[in-house]
Amino acid sequence: MTDTPLLSVRDLVVQFPTRKGVLTAVDGVSFDIKRGEVLGVVGESGAGKSMTGAAIIGLIEPPGRIASGQVLLDGERIDNLSVSQMRRVRGKKVGMVFQDPLTSLNPLYTVAQQLVETVRTHLPLSEKQAREHALALLDEVGIPAAKRRMDDYPHQFSGGMRQRVVIALALAAEPELVIADEPTTALDVSVQAQIIDVLKRLCSERGAAVMLITHDMGVIAETADRVAVMYAGRVAEIGPVRDVVQHAKHPYTQGLMGSIPTLAHDSDRLVQIHGSMPRLTDIPPGCAFNPRCAHAFDRCRQDRPSPIQTGERAVACWLADQEVGQ
Amino acid sequence: MLAFTIRRLIQSIGVMLVVSLIAFVMFRFVGDPVDQMVGLETTIEEREILREQLGLNDATPVQFLRFVGNAIQGDFGVSYQFKRPVATILGERMPATLELAFVSAILALVAGIPMGVYTALRRESVLSKLFLMISLIGVSLPTFLIGILFIFLFAVVFQILPSFGRGEIVDLGWWRTGLLTSSGLKALILPSITLALFQMTLIMRLVRSEMLEVLRTDYIKFCQARGLRSRSVNFGHALKNTLVPVITIAGLQIGSLIAFAIITETVFQWPGMGLLFLQAVQNVDIPIMAAYLLLIAFLFVMINMAVDMLYVVVDPRIRIGGGEE
Amino acid sequence: MSVVEQSDRPGFIARMRDTDIWYSFVRNRIVMLAAFITIVIFLGALFAPLVAPHNPFDLASLSLMDSLVPPAWMEESDPRYLLGTDDQGRDILSAIIYGARISLAVGFASVAFAAVLGISLGLLAGYLGGRTDAIIMRIADVQLTFPSILIALLIDGSVRGIFGGQFSREDSAFYVLVLSIGLSFWVQYARTVRSSTLVEKNKEYVQAARLIGLHPIKIMLRHVLPNVTGPVLVIATINLALAIITEATLSFLGVGIPSTQPSLGTLIRIGNDFLFSGEWWITIFPGIALAVLALAINLLGDWLRDVLNPRLR
Repeated sequence: MTDTPLLSVRDLVVQFPTRKGVLTAVDGVSFDIKRGEVLGVVGESGAGKSMTGAAIIGLIEPPGRIASGQVLLDGERIDNLSVSQMRRVRGKKVGMVFQDPLTSLNPLYTVAQQLVETVRTHLPLSEKQAREHALALLDEVGIPAAKRRMDDYPHQFSGGMRQRVVIALALAAEPELVIADEPTTALDVSVQAQIIDVLKRLCSERGAAVMLITHDMGVIAETADRVAVMYAGRVAEIGPVRDVVQHAKHPYTQGLMGSIPTLAHDSDRLVQIHGSMPRLTDIPPGCAFNPRCAHAFDRCRQDRPSPIQTGERAVACWLADQEVGQ
Repeated sequence: MLAFTIRRLIQSIGVMLVVSLIAFVMFRFVGDPVDQMVGLETTIEEREILREQLGLNDATPVQFLRFVGNAIQGDFGVSYQFKRPVATILGERMPATLELAFVSAILALVAGIPMGVYTALRRESVLSKLFLMISLIGVSLPTFLIGILFIFLFAVVFQILPSFGRGEIVDLGWWRTGLLTSSGLKALILPSITLALFQMTLIMRLVRSEMLEVLRTDYIKFCQARGLRSRSVNFGHALKNTLVPVITIAGLQIGSLIAFAIITETVFQWPGMGLLFLQAVQNVDIPIMAAYLLLIAFLFVMINMAVDMLYVVVDPRIRIGGGEE
Repeated sequence: MSVVEQSDRPGFIARMRDTDIWYSFVRNRIVMLAAFITIVIFLGALFAPLVAPHNPFDLASLSLMDSLVPPAWMEESDPRYLLGTDDQGRDILSAIIYGARISLAVGFASVAFAAVLGISLGLLAGYLGGRTDAIIMRIADVQLTFPSILIALLIDGSVRGIFGGQFSREDSAFYVLVLSIGLSFWVQYARTVRSSTLVEKNKEYVQAARLIGLHPIKIMLRHVLPNVTGPVLVIATINLALAIITEATLSFLGVGIPSTQPSLGTLIRIGNDFLFSGEWWITIFPGIALAVLALAINLLGDWLRDVLNPRLR
């Protein structure tokens, strides 16, 4: 293993030109993912989590585009690759799991057909070998009687089973990084844990890193090695999961932590963050969180804080800056 | 699956019965059939005998049943204009219309589907915008006007294509075809393009909007995220998913081609059923009108059934049913 | 947990672009032009006797000496006749203006007829439900299977079969056309009105109106009808273009307006006979007028549909 992180996102900016002006959905995001590591990315809807994931794999819908910044995989830029070069990265080096298993699978092809096509696109296998590979994958993700069921169509599977198929598809060509975009949001609570389990187990067996996008802090706490908290297109705080969960520094993260029930702290009620995240059209100057922040002071309303690195952690907050300065 | 087929079959029979009723009402009550069959000098007694022979004095439901029974056996009565059995006349005219409609349908599909796919995949290209512009004009221009413009350009100004008729016909005994001679094929060009244009426009717009819809779906994004080749994503995955709605509408459109042929056949003096029907309307030849209506309804029903069968081939969700675990 | 938030997903913005911006950018200028053309043609048709340079129906002013004169920019033309004359010496430009008057009259009358019929049947079906609803909607379904031109032709033939001997073509043609076209277009109104009636029927204010004993017809007219104006307006605009095209087609096929008071379609049919002898202007100019009118109204209809965005059935 080298020191180069597997994935390195540097000052990523994603913009959408619209009639009312340019919307900045992702605004100067930077983070690294090491080999085999699970990075949780958490934040509200519209915080830019999914857009960051889409930018990494090069699937931002036009007219949206990466306006500036870089995405490096194994130290090489992948944000400026040609369409056909990028196609070879997708699936082969970076896999992706989508939110809704009910809509992620093409209804007109059997599970085996979809798996075999994916495998054979990236790996030099015969039809027969690819089928065996597919069967092994389905077994691994826990499809019961996989041999019999692999020639069924997606609509013949339940939601949880379909998400297992989706994971098998994402891992079919042995990618080094899997971006999982809210992989359990659309599922029943009862199967959510199983799916996360399958995803984590398969990735760690293969040494694949995971970027787990979710708005569920509980999932992150249980699954991730490190966590990045996003707010209004920016990274508010990033660091090892335990540190961030137990000693959140950014007031927004503190608010998020206050909103998950824990057994350890015997509090009567959950803390709520007042107000709601600003729309992308009217993000306030300075720190994007300042209108909702109980600790905001003048500087927060004028200057935008950039992430301040202390050890393994980084926080984009003027309060933290003061601490460091003191 | 079986229930689905049976339900569709019952619906089809229902439609045919309603249309038969309308045809019967026209046949029986629009004008007096006896007046149309005899001369002015016929006496009242003779008319009464004829009425009795024709069964026009029977109860109306009995007459309706007889009408339906005759229609099923291909007996639609005698044309007022030509004094010959309607079925024979329609049989003579049918090949011309079917050949025209068939060629137009192929043209509309062969041109419309790729244009729709292209405009969906290359939304910003100049060619796409041109196609869309043409389609808007195509929807607004009446078919007969397009036909006249074609005649003016290709038959009058450039004089390269014939403006009327079917050209040389080869009689195969059971079918009189214009597809086997060069003059027959030449004569087919302008009418078939005229007839195809409107349907092509519709199919193009339909394929485009369905493609755009499908390209936004998660499973297409997931296909892209798996690095599948774009040809496979666009055609194997996306286009195949647009086929179900496209088949539905295209089926209906192709059915209506036969009815729209009335206009095209008139403009190009194409000796088909449409021209016959128009002459029947002008001369109030009710038996031909009624028979034509029934025939068109029957074709529609058959096409709809064929469309349903195609669904089953294309979509496993209908073929296998929603067997969730 | 199963709430699917979509606001940060690209699909939304791409969709916006596909509708709003596309239209506002490409269409609005075109829409303004279409509105302008439509108004000009409407006014020209309305004030035809004042606008037209000649009265094409004044037989006394016609002279065979002036027949088949080509348009003003060609050789052997006559400056009095900008777009030339037909075989009877009628000024083409004037004939087009008067023809558009008749085409628009048939168009408006048949759209109004179809709308009144469709709205009434839709209200009845939606409000009464049960067997009335089933019968009306079944008829609508069957009729929807057939192209309107075929239905119009059938009705036209039947009506002339029933009343054939009683009226002259000249007198009855207009009404037969309005009846045929109107009857072939009512379905869309009925379906739209029915579905919104079904929605409104169960709302509290309609229930309340019923409780205080308001007459059902009054309830429908006062409470349900205003809710369907948007969709009805859109359907009516698109249908106006369709009705004009259908009228022209029927007249062209020889079962519409007779040649003594020609509509645009009749003019095209008359001119069609002269296409081969080189007098193309008799048919081409009315054809262009018809195409421009239909295209302009269609553009307005499209635009209305985008702006009002009703759910059409």
